[in-house]
Amino acid sequence: MTAALLDVDHVGMIHSVGGLLTRRAIRAVDDVSLRLEAGTPEILAVIGESGSGKTTLARMILNLAIPTTGAIRFLGTDVTRIRSRRERMAFMRQVQPIFQNPFEAFNPLKRIDRYLFMSARRFAGVRDRVDIEARADKALRQVGLSLAEVKGRYPHELSGGQLQRIAIARALIPAPALIVADEPVSMVDASLRMSIVNLFKALRDELEVSIVYITHDLATAYYISDRVLIMRRGKVVESGNTRAVLDDPRHPYSILLKDAVLSPEDAGKP
Amino acid sequence: MSAAAPATERVLTVRELNACYRTRHFGARREVRAVDGISLHVDRNELYGLAGESGCGKTTLVKTIVRGIRPPLAVAGGAVTFRFAGRDRDIYALEQRELENIRWRHLSYIPQGSMNVLNPVRQLRQSFVDFAYPRIGRPMPEFLQQVESHLDRLRLEPAVLDSYPHQLSVGMRQRVTIALASICRPDFIAADEPTSALDVVVQNEVLGLLHDVQQEIRSSMILVTHDIGVHANVTDRLGIMYAGRLVEEGRTVEVIRNPRHPYTSHLVTSLPRIGDRTQKRGLDGAPPNLADPPPGCRFHPRCPLATAACRAEAPPLVEVAPGHRVACWVTAPPRSPATVQ
Repeated sequence: MTAALLDVDHVGMIHSVGGLLTRRAIRAVDDVSLRLEAGTPEILAVIGESGSGKTTLARMILNLAIPTTGAIRFLGTDVTRIRSRRERMAFMRQVQPIFQNPFEAFNPLKRIDRYLFMSARRFAGVRDRVDIEARADKALRQVGLSLAEVKGRYPHELSGGQLQRIAIARALIPAPALIVADEPVSMVDASLRMSIVNLFKALRDELEVSIVYITHDLATAYYISDRVLIMRRGKVVESGNTRAVLDDPRHPYSILLKDAVLSPEDAGKP
Repeated sequence: MSAAAPATERVLTVRELNACYRTRHFGARREVRAVDGISLHVDRNELYGLAGESGCGKTTLVKTIVRGIRPPLAVAGGAVTFRFAGRDRDIYALEQRELENIRWRHLSYIPQGSMNVLNPVRQLRQSFVDFAYPRIGRPMPEFLQQVESHLDRLRLEPAVLDSYPHQLSVGMRQRVTIALASICRPDFIAADEPTSALDVVVQNEVLGLLHDVQQEIRSSMILVTHDIGVHANVTDRLGIMYAGRLVEEGRTVEVIRNPRHPYTSHLVTSLPRIGDRTQKRGLDGAPPNLADPPPGCRFHPRCPLATAACRAEAPPLVEVAPGHRVACWVTAPPRSPATVQ
């Protein structure tokens, strides 16, 4: 069997809280396993309410948090064993994050193009100014923008939708194999949301990037993801093919989640 | 719908309201018109919804309606009239003291993120005392009794009064703030994005609570949220805002089932649904900058139906069916020149 792109193997994250006598353990993530195969790009949605551990799971996959139990292997190597800067850079080149709030992801005092240039210099290994700009422009074109529109501008001059596209473009510069997107559209306006969601589909289909899509929105998960993982209180309660799971959820919590979705089609019903 | 109410009484009338943010930097004046000539009304026991994307002016409109404004936001024209206890009150003509008397007792405002205003170092019982005790004017034991029975009617455990805010979940805190805002049984409640920070399951509990409040104290309400799904499930009438203007308004069912403005159509049809994998599209372009809005209809640069008329002049809000108003030259052309302003 060949090494999986991402193999999350029975991971857990336990925080201990309280004082000497009242100490108790909180299992933020409890025995979660998932696997993304190399060579078959797919979008895996991780759904759950706040506090279900989905962001902690994302942070562990990104190697921003170290699991207390279990292992996370990326192309066969255990990410928690990464020690040297060289290994870390190699890992970051392959696995890139996109965060929830595009307004907070960028420093307001820095020009936005600096992020793109920095990523190009660090991860794509280009040194020459012209090459760096060409690399940034290419990434921006993949998300429907261009360097000419963005160059020299500060975050406040751009809309949330544009900023989120730029965040995605930045993540694309190193040509990663995996993108971990934590609630990437929840802060984006309704009229722009679908263009970002469609962009993720295009990344999978055209650039063959696998995506871990973390969300609480069942409708967009249904729309773009191939597989789904429903989490509650750190545990996976149901997983499988997105359509199969969401069309006919079996676990009581999944049923509750699905029933709680409010749809415009309900207008006029009592 | 409120079939029980005898004759509809207008609790809130907003006429040609204009509000703008005025700033001055190094002598250069800048004016951002966030509420532009909005007229609407809310009847007694009615739940009026306001939808639109961020930066379209919905929060500014609500702040202006409840006179919760402070510089640089200023009202540039128009009137807001409430009808409380059989008397019409122009909220901008009131003295500060009269305003204090109206707040809480007749008019409650639940601003965005209000679940974070509870005092973190005091039990919730104390927060109720701080906020509401002076307004109710009853002896303390009787007041606390009233608080408990109010919570009970809203299906909240009166035991929450003994807890501190950090001991409760966000959803629970939001329900407590709603209980707090309704304890004086106000005639009118304005709630700004009360469910936006919440998960779907908790969101439903909070919306259920708002519904209970309305049933219980028969107040009118303005509910602001960008989520059309929420409006479809709770509001009676719905106003859609775009770039500071009201572009469509009508009964919620009508607006969602039969949208007339291209922006509303987009909002309603672009949402993905469970069980539907057809391709959905986002709108091209970005919401306009209110400091420099496009001429004519503000939606025209993104509108698939835009014509020369749309670029030249802003369309008026015209009635296309009883109670259904739309501002669009293409889908709702004014029938006679007299309706054009």
